[in-house]
Amino acid sequence: MNSIHNVSRRNFLKAGVGLTVAVMLPACDNQSNAVNNTAQYAQETFTFLPNAFVRIGSDDTVTVVAKHLEMGQGTYTGLATIVAEELDALWSQVEVVAAPADAKRYNNLEWGPYQGTGGSSAISNAYQQMREAGATARAMLVQAAAKLWEVPIDEIEVRNGVLNYRGREVTFGGVVDLAATLDVPTDIKLKDPKDFKLIGKHAPRKDSQAKTNGQAIFTQDIKLDNMLVAVVAHPPKFGATVKAVDDSQARLMNGVVDVVQIPTGVAVVANSYWMAKKGRDALEVTWDESKAYQGSSEQIIADYKVLAQKPGLIAKQDGDALGLLKKAKKNVITHEYTFPFLAHAAMEPMNCVIQFKDGRCEVWNGNQLHSVDQFALSAVFGIKPGKVNINTLFAGGSFGRRGNSQSDYQVEAANIVKALKTEHPVKLVWSREDDMRAGYYRPIYVHKLSATLDAQGLPKTWHHTIVGQSIAAGTAFEGMMVQKGVDTTSVEGANNLPYAIPNMQVDLHTTNASVGVPILWWRSVGGTHTAYSTEVFIDQLAKRAGIPPIAYRLSLLKDKPRHAAVLKLASEKASTIVSPEGTKHGQGVAVHKSFNTYIAHIVDVTIDADGHLKVDRVVCAVDCGVAVNPDVIRAQIEGSVGFALTAALTGEITLENGAVKQGNFDTYPALRINDMPKVEVYITPSAENPTGIGEPGVPPFAPALANAIFAATGKHITQLPIGDQLKNT
Amino acid sequence: MADLDINGQLLSTDYPEDTPLLWVIRDSLNMTGTKYGCGAGLCGVCTVHVDGQPIRSCQTPLSSITGKKITTIEAVHEIKAGEAVQQAWENLDVVQCGYCQSGQIMSATALLTKNTYPSDGDIDAAMSGNICRCATYVRIRAAIHQAAKNLREPS
Repeated sequence: MNSIHNVSRRNFLKAGVGLTVAVMLPACDNQSNAVNNTAQYAQETFTFLPNAFVRIGSDDTVTVVAKHLEMGQGTYTGLATIVAEELDALWSQVEVVAAPADAKRYNNLEWGPYQGTGGSSAISNAYQQMREAGATARAMLVQAAAKLWEVPIDEIEVRNGVLNYRGREVTFGGVVDLAATLDVPTDIKLKDPKDFKLIGKHAPRKDSQAKTNGQAIFTQDIKLDNMLVAVVAHPPKFGATVKAVDDSQARLMNGVVDVVQIPTGVAVVANSYWMAKKGRDALEVTWDESKAYQGSSEQIIADYKVLAQKPGLIAKQDGDALGLLKKAKKNVITHEYTFPFLAHAAMEPMNCVIQFKDGRCEVWNGNQLHSVDQFALSAVFGIKPGKVNINTLFAGGSFGRRGNSQSDYQVEAANIVKALKTEHPVKLVWSREDDMRAGYYRPIYVHKLSATLDAQGLPKTWHHTIVGQSIAAGTAFEGMMVQKGVDTTSVEGANNLPYAIPNMQVDLHTTNASVGVPILWWRSVGGTHTAYSTEVFIDQLAKRAGIPPIAYRLSLLKDKPRHAAVLKLASEKASTIVSPEGTKHGQGVAVHKSFNTYIAHIVDVTIDADGHLKVDRVVCAVDCGVAVNPDVIRAQIEGSVGFALTAALTGEITLENGAVKQGNFDTYPALRINDMPKVEVYITPSAENPTGIGEPGVPPFAPALANAIFAATGKHITQLPIGDQLKNT
Repeated sequence: MADLDINGQLLSTDYPEDTPLLWVIRDSLNMTGTKYGCGAGLCGVCTVHVDGQPIRSCQTPLSSITGKKITTIEAVHEIKAGEAVQQAWENLDVVQCGYCQSGQIMSATALLTKNTYPSDGDIDAAMSGNICRCATYVRIRAAIHQAAKNLREPS
C-alpha cells in the first residue's frame, strides 16, 4: 500500500475543508525532469488547491479529486464510485473536482511519474488507489466517532454517510474536525466485493445535470477579466511558413487589438471571437512552401504498398512463416488492406486559455497529458515545469486529440501570449476548419497478410506486414512504446493475435522519414487498423476452409478463455436474425482484446438495391474485469459503435499535394441519429481487476461490419472507408 | 446598440448587426450554454429557439432577429416539453462529453412541443441536424420517447 498522510492537520483545517487524505506515491522518488518542480509548487499553493483524493466538509459534502480528465468517458463518475464505495458514502453527497497538475500525487500509476489520461487506463490504474483512499478516510471517521462517543471502534457501523453505534448516529460532517487530528491508520481493510453497494450497481453520472442544463464549463466557456481572444491564420500545408504579412486591413477591424507572427502562423487578437475571426479574414498572408510537405494520400498508399511486399522489422516471430510460405507457392492466401488518415473531430474544436504573469503560466484547458503539457509550456516561457498551473476543465470530446505529445495548440497559445508580451489571459479558439486541418491524424496504414491452411483448414502459417508512421517516435513516449525500432502502437492487436497458429511473423515498416504529416493516437490506437485487417482476413480463411466464422475462431482460441467466452456470449445473444426477410442481409463477427478488455461484436446489416447499407443491430459482449459502473460501460460501448461506424462508412482525411481536402462536417461527415444502429451490451461477471472501457469497443466494430457485408454480398472490403463501394453489389 | 428579447428578458448588445447570434449570446450576453461547433450550420450544437422554432444561431445574424423571442438552454426548463426533456436526459444519463447536448435538448424540445407522440422517423427528422461525436444517439432516442410519454401521461 502507498503511504498515506493526513495533510488536513497541517493545511486543510485552516482552509476549513475538514478531513483530507493524501496518498503519496512511491513514484515521486524517481521523477523525471519534466515534473521535478511540481512538488515544490504544490507546497507553495497548498492551502487553496486540492491535493488529495478525498475531502469531506463539515457540511457532509464528500469531494473526490479526480486525477483524470473527464472527456465524456465517465471517469469522474467511475473514480467517485470507487471512493464512495469504500467510504460508505451516500452517492448524492459525493461531488467531483479536477486535480491540479501535480504528478507527485496525481500520476497515472501505469505511466510511472507522469500525470495524464489515456490508453483507457483511468479506472484500471486507480482502482486500488481509490479504494484505499476511500477506506482510509472511512477508518479515520470511524476512529473519530469512537473517540467522540468513547466506544469501541469495531462496534461502529457506517452506512450511507452516517456513523452508527447502537442507534447513536452522526454524519461524516459531525466528526471531520476530530478525524483531521488523528494519525492515519496503516492497516486499512478493503471491503469484500460481495458487500459492494455501488460498484457493479447503478451510480448515476456526476456530470449529467450540469451537461443537461448548460451550466457545465468547457474551455470554450472560460471568460476572465481582460481576456483577449486569438484566432490564427495557419499555413495551407504542413511545414509551410510565413513569407509576408499585410495586416493593415485586419488592424482596422472593429475590436482587433493586435496582430502577431508566431511559429505556427499569424495570430489576430481581439476582444471577442467574431472580431478576431473577421480580422483574420482581412489578413493578407503569403506563405513560403519551399519546405512544406507536398505529398498526397494516393501516393502515400501506393508507396506503402510497394514497401509491404518486403518484410519489415520483426514485431513477432514464431516458427518459420516466411520459409513455409515460400514453399507453399500457389496455396497462399494473400490480401492487402488500406486505412486512411482520420481526424478526431471532437465536438469542441481545440482551444485553451493561457496567462503568463509574475513568472507563472496559468492554463485553462481540458488537459489530457498534464506532465507533458507542463514541460512544453515551461519551455516556451523559460520557466520550470512546476511554475505551470493547470485548471483542468471538461473536454468536449477528445478521442486522443487533447493528449498531444507536442502540446500543439497549447504551445501555439503560449507563443501568442509571449509575442504579445501581455499579462492578460489569452483564449486561443480554433475554428472547425483549423481543427480539422491541423494534422495529428490517425496515420495511413497498409497491411499485407498471407497465410496457408493445414489439412483441417486452420491456419498453418501467417505473415503480417504493416506499413505506416510511428506515433510514439520522437515523443516523450518513445522510450515507453518503441522497442528495437518497433512502435507498439503500430502493431498492437497484430503481434498479440490470440489465435493459435504455429508459424507466425508480424513485421513493420516505419515511414516517418518520408511522410511529413503530424500524426497521433486516435481512440483505440493500433486496434483501429490491426483488428480490422486480422479479423477480416480470418473470415476469408474461414470461408476458404468452409467453416462458419465463429466456430473457426473458437477452434483457434482453445488457450484464450476470455476471448472465447465473449465470443460465445455474443453468439448466443445474436442467435436471431433481426434484418427484414426478403432483403440482402448478413451477420458478421469480430473479437478483439485491447487495453486488457475483451470484446466481441456481432453486427447485422441490410443492403438495399441501391447499395445503401443499414446496420440493423450490434450485439456486444464485454469482459472488462470488475464492472465498476455497468451503465457507463454500456454507454461507452454504444458510443464506440457509433464512433467506429462513422469512420468505417465515411471517415477519411485526404491530402492532395500537401493540402488537406476536408474542413468541416460537410466533407468529413459524422454519423447522425438516423444511421445509429440498435446496440445491445452484455457484460460478463468478473472478479478480475477492472480494465479499459473508453476505447476497446471501437476495434472489433469495423471488421464485424465488413464481415457482415461479406456475408450479405460477397464483397470483401479491403479499403476503408466503405464510401460508395457497395454500389452495384 | 440592439435589443434582444431573450429568455423573457430584454437585453442590449453593442455588437455589430452582422454578428451571428451565437457570438452575441456567448460573448456579449455571457450565456455560454449554447456552443460553437462548426460555424456552418452543419452540427447543431448552437441550436436555440427563435419564436419557438429551432435555428442554428451560428448562421443567424443579429439583424435578422429584431422583435423575435429567443430561448436558449438556460431557460428551456420554462417550456413544459423542455423540462420533460431535461428530466429524461438525466434519468437515462444521456450525456458523455456533453458539448453537443444543449443543442440536442433544444431540438428535442422543439419536436415535443409540436408532437408528443413522435415516431422513430419523426425523431430522425427532427434530430438529424444535431451531431454527437460521442454517439449518444441510442439514449437520445430513448430519452425523447421517455419525455414524450411523461408529457402525455404526467405522473
